[in-house]
Amino acid sequence: MTTRRTALTFWLFVGPFAFGLLAFTYLPIAWSGYLSVFDARNTVTPTEFVGLANYVDVLTDRAFLDSIGTFTVFAAFIIPTTVVLSLALALLVNQIRVARAFFRSVYFLPFACSYVVASLVWKMSLFSGVDSGIANTVFGWFGAEPLAWTGTVDPPLYWVVLITARLWLQLGFYVILFLAALQRIPAHLYEAAWIDGAAPGWQTFRHITLPGLRGALIAVLTLNLINAYQAFDEFYNILGDSRGYPPFARPPLVYLYYTSLGPGGQDLGRGSAGAVVLALVIALVTLLSGRVLRRAD
Amino acid sequence: MGVEVGRRSFFVVAGLLGLAACGSNTGRGGSTDGTLRHWYHAYGEDGVQDAVRRYAAAYPGAKVEVQWNPGDYDSKIVTALQTSAVPDVFEAQVKVDWVRQKQVVPLDDVLGDTRDDFVRALLESQTVDGHLYGIPQAIDTQVLYYRRSLLEKAGVTPPRSVDELVDAAKRLTAGGVKGLFAGNDGGVGVLTAPLLWSAGLDFLSQDGKAPGFDDPRAATVFGKLRELNPSLLLGAPADWSDPGAFVDGLAAMQWTGLWNLPKILAAHGDDVGVLPFPRLDASGAESVPVGAYSAMVNARSADVAAAKAYVKWLWVEKTDYQTEFATAFGAHLPARTSLAAQAGPLRDGPGKQIVEFVTRGGRIASPARWSARANTALSDAVSRIARQGAEPVGELRAALEVARDEIARLDR
Repeated sequence: MTTRRTALTFWLFVGPFAFGLLAFTYLPIAWSGYLSVFDARNTVTPTEFVGLANYVDVLTDRAFLDSIGTFTVFAAFIIPTTVVLSLALALLVNQIRVARAFFRSVYFLPFACSYVVASLVWKMSLFSGVDSGIANTVFGWFGAEPLAWTGTVDPPLYWVVLITARLWLQLGFYVILFLAALQRIPAHLYEAAWIDGAAPGWQTFRHITLPGLRGALIAVLTLNLINAYQAFDEFYNILGDSRGYPPFARPPLVYLYYTSLGPGGQDLGRGSAGAVVLALVIALVTLLSGRVLRRAD
Repeated sequence: MGVEVGRRSFFVVAGLLGLAACGSNTGRGGSTDGTLRHWYHAYGEDGVQDAVRRYAAAYPGAKVEVQWNPGDYDSKIVTALQTSAVPDVFEAQVKVDWVRQKQVVPLDDVLGDTRDDFVRALLESQTVDGHLYGIPQAIDTQVLYYRRSLLEKAGVTPPRSVDELVDAAKRLTAGGVKGLFAGNDGGVGVLTAPLLWSAGLDFLSQDGKAPGFDDPRAATVFGKLRELNPSLLLGAPADWSDPGAFVDGLAAMQWTGLWNLPKILAAHGDDVGVLPFPRLDASGAESVPVGAYSAMVNARSADVAAAKAYVKWLWVEKTDYQTEFATAFGAHLPARTSLAAQAGPLRDGPGKQIVEFVTRGGRIASPARWSARANTALSDAVSRIARQGAEPVGELRAALEVARDEIARLDR
């Protein structure tokens, strides 16, 4: 009787979730794998089996390879920047004695903003190309000519727009993660170190704070890595338009979006093959980075 | 124990049934009550929505529900056509893939003896394998608008060749005003087609069986877009399809739609001049792109015959509605020659000139056989050439390869 009760309760709680996971996550993943070996243009129930042709297509498509390459470089830049900046902010906020709640929430606020809204503000107001744009107004005070921020390719000023938007949006979240971890480091460790003659500052940071943050660091790095490859919202909204997307700063997901769901025609076979390749790349990079981090221990 | 297993299998069975139910949902059966669902994209001009709802309500043959679709309408249609019986009737430009997958039905018998009245090039653009799939609703076109006073002040004449255009844009760029606005992507999206035509080339060859830009002159003409780049307005608050940049005086010339003519005339009055896209040299021609959303019928519609009858009523028989639709809200050209003469805003001034551009040099901007993948490859190449200064010949060779591959696929 108790077993039955437990089983019923178990299924009542787990059933709907398990069903949702199955129907809306695992089934689509499996379906995507299935589509990737078919010629599936404008259909989700294709009939023409093409084997690995879609994979060959995406792996020889310069646009796709470029997007993976660009985003490896992007990840290599944005991850250290985010980690260093959010850790520095967390350390500062952690030290503050007055208005703590205010400073903690003020850094977290941007995280609550929609990526789409922020992108539009960045594109049309902050970094608009006309002289009334905020960035151009500020530079104008120093006598600079108005710059077309999102339209200038040489030098690639659009990266300034994309990266500041991303940093503003995501830093707060990592600051909170680091803050939580900082507060879990026992205070007596620092006290003991000071008694033993360690200088406050770099020495205690290097030998107490940093080791204490190991778990948080690994979490932040991994989340950041996945986020970098998942880049879509601000890129699509800042650089994309109704006619398409320029061939530079094109994240893999934007490429896949235009391939499999674009307005001109939906090539779900090729898009699925690209998605599988991208998933493998992310898995591989995450595994590798996990291994590197563990070795660094 | 036995009960527990039973319960578990119940869940499994229930789950599978649920999935099976999803799988067998073809989207049919929604409109058993005979209501026709008609989709439009969200027209920017005031009054269009009210007008098309009024037309639908006036149809005597069936109840018609109009759905207005803001946002990415073209993607939405592509998705709907794959599995859904809704919409029954919609506006779009035909794609070869839709025909191959039998997602739309031929409308050859809808036109009757009015066939010759429709602009022939428009009908051809909606024809695949000899069958007509869309009834053109109204013609859209794009032209070069310029401010006479600014050109005069800079001492340039209205540009009649691509070189003159490059030169004019350069000389008009001064004091916070840019020479030309052709989109925040540096003209790649809207000028690619007119540039090809200016050199006597096209996306596809005459018979549609080969790319139309396998020619060294393609490299030359896209190189001109590179020369134009420093004089272009980039990063404007609204894109090329909006008259804002030109109206606010951010650029001396703008490439934008005929639909903006009323707003532009209201802002600058007699100071407005219009031109077609100039030609590169003697072997090219002046041109304007023409396109038309056309009324099409979903092959999965619960009642294809009723949907066709409605399309025939609205877009063939009700000529007064067609005239109003094309000319009363923003400027468009009627898709039928017999109605063009009645269009008020196009009887004189720049409007009349634009009608002449269309008659003389109107070209189809998105042929049915020109696929999205080919288009992406070409616009990537043009973007690299014009914006990043890439070497044109190699870039175009890569685009040609993709285009050939795509064309071959259509006939497999």
